[in-house]
Amino acid sequence: MVDPADIVEVLLLQNYNTRLVVLTTALLGIASGLVGSFLLLRKRSLMGDALSHATLPGIGIAFAVMVSLGMSGKSLPGLLLGASLSGIAGLLLMLLIRNTTRLRDDVAMGFVLSVFFGIGVAVLRMVQGMPGASAAGLESFIYGKTASMVKSDFILIASIAVVASATSVVFLKEFLLLCFDESYAKAQGWPTRFLDILLLALVTAVTVIGLQSVGLILVIAFLITPPTAARFWTHRLSSMLVLSAIIGGASGWLGASISALAPKLPAGAVIVLVAGVLFLLSMLFAPARGVIPRAFRQRALRRKVDRQHFLRAAFELLEAQSGPEGVRNLPFSLESLIQKRSWSPFKLRRILSVAKHEDHLEPAGPGRLRLSEPGFGEAARVTRNHRLWETYLIKHADIAPSHVDRDADMVEHILGAELVSQLEADLSQRHIAVPMPPSPHAIQSSVISKK
Amino acid sequence: MAPVKLADPLAPSDPHAHPEHPPGLPLAIHDLTVAYHRKPVLWDIELNIPEGKLVAIVGPNGAGKSTLLKACLDLVPKTSGWAHIYGMPYRKHRSMVGYVPQRESVDWDFPVNALDVVAMGTYRRLGWFRRVGKKQRDTAMEALDQVGIAHLADRQISQLSGGQQQRVFLARALVQDADLYLMDEPFAAVDAATEQAIVELLKTLNSRGKTCLVVHHDLATVSKYFDWVVLLNMRVVAAGPTEEVFTRDNLQKTYGGRLDLLEDAAEALKNVRI
Repeated sequence: MVDPADIVEVLLLQNYNTRLVVLTTALLGIASGLVGSFLLLRKRSLMGDALSHATLPGIGIAFAVMVSLGMSGKSLPGLLLGASLSGIAGLLLMLLIRNTTRLRDDVAMGFVLSVFFGIGVAVLRMVQGMPGASAAGLESFIYGKTASMVKSDFILIASIAVVASATSVVFLKEFLLLCFDESYAKAQGWPTRFLDILLLALVTAVTVIGLQSVGLILVIAFLITPPTAARFWTHRLSSMLVLSAIIGGASGWLGASISALAPKLPAGAVIVLVAGVLFLLSMLFAPARGVIPRAFRQRALRRKVDRQHFLRAAFELLEAQSGPEGVRNLPFSLESLIQKRSWSPFKLRRILSVAKHEDHLEPAGPGRLRLSEPGFGEAARVTRNHRLWETYLIKHADIAPSHVDRDADMVEHILGAELVSQLEADLSQRHIAVPMPPSPHAIQSSVISKK
Repeated sequence: MAPVKLADPLAPSDPHAHPEHPPGLPLAIHDLTVAYHRKPVLWDIELNIPEGKLVAIVGPNGAGKSTLLKACLDLVPKTSGWAHIYGMPYRKHRSMVGYVPQRESVDWDFPVNALDVVAMGTYRRLGWFRRVGKKQRDTAMEALDQVGIAHLADRQISQLSGGQQQRVFLARALVQDADLYLMDEPFAAVDAATEQAIVELLKTLNSRGKTCLVVHHDLATVSKYFDWVVLLNMRVVAAGPTEEVFTRDNLQKTYGGRLDLLEDAAEALKNVRI
């Protein structure tokens, strides 16, 4: 069992051994959250995956070169340089395949990803047989391991993370234009190729510094998960970037802390799992685009539509029953209401129970319904709004009258009262009777229309 | 022996070098050929667009209408020839051209609102690294007002209707205050209200002496909305004032044997004064 005091110590950076690891991984998370946002918006996520897998041969080759030069072979800057070079070679091969053949992007990426990874595994096996040096531990680049770094490594990783974060913020406007509308950017004279290369360079940088702690298989998840999670919370790029950086940073912080407390768990997997949990929570609960809030909004809208349909149907029934002196609030039969709308018995029961709950209905005997005073008033108001809309659409927009009913319902339910009063003013200027215009298009009895 | 003088393709169009292209035209295209993967899309285009006209580019699918605009904007490589904007290559006169791409060319589920997109029209003048400020937002707001959707400035762009998205793109081009507007199918799949708003906008631009080159697909409205027309099918079939050029004979040459389309064309021709 882990002592709670240890947890606090690690999370709050009081433990000297883990302080650097946690801090560096958090910075890495911030960088990948920012750079990953643009990678996601540029729709290049798969390219990042191919890139990370393409780094493996470079690690093995860099090790072999350093050993043959008489160095230790495990120097992180050297290994990362090798990783960058072979990652870039993978990218270039991908672009070459795409531009010279007519193969699709995903084929080129899949090819580069698997071939480079295969070469990498083979190279790692070969360098392990090299005399005079132990290549053990190079495999940690595949799954990630935070523990095996020295102070200068942390400084290297942290400074690259800071530079990559700063660059993506400085080029915010340019990257936004590139990701949203490349051909417009190009037409406006922006060097889109340079911006594209810069963005890929940032992705390469973050991928390479992520190799040590997250590993090359999972680093793509670290790039893509934070921005995807952030997207659920907001419709604005600036807030998406901030949130993505926070989610990435928090995943790095928490993930590195957990793996420091439980050293048997692979660091990369823990970090990515933390990011995954944050993603799941965002997907479910984020107010802007989350699944559950969206379902609630859908339900609320459906209820509102049902309620208005009921009130309007009731009012039109009363209109039909009443004489020329005006509409009076009389009881009407349930049967006639059902004929107006094609509601299932279940839905009808729910609609009526909501209406009762709102005090729109009064008891009127079996098989009969009667609107209450407030219910009658509300029915008149809803019907009036609806007719104003219908009239407006018929008068002002070139929409065929047969389509108006559905459109009117949608607009009315979504726009609400404010616009309706605006329309009222419009219509009274045009001498259209506002108190209760006659329906240009009464609801047809569903029984008749089915014939 | 005097050396043979070759015309510099990038030099400003000079009336002596190219007598068929008078100088200072909003758009002059000479000997333009564009090919994708060895398949030519545009052949030997010769075109002069006079100033202050509303010009429709009309032709069947695959006729190269969008490619023609993109070639003018250096977005696709030219296999031969040149296109000059007010006598200069496009890269020298970028700010004189407002480009409205096809609405489907971007992903509208992007985390920006209408105002952000319109403000992109100010980026070029802002230059590197400078951020959109109050002045740019005001300019963008004015443009949104001009296309009648100022009240939707804060709306996320995926929550706009197709017609409103089209207006956002138009507003982005307006922000530039260009002299020549190149619009790629602005009337495609928009509601009647938007169509009306775009027509009004074209008229306003026209009255301010601007030139608009519009890829258009609805033959029935060509003679109503445009005073000039370019009939295009890989080559220029005809170009000139609508009442002279928009004829049954020319449409037949443009659309070939596509009878269903010709019936539309016949319908459209009812509106033409002959």
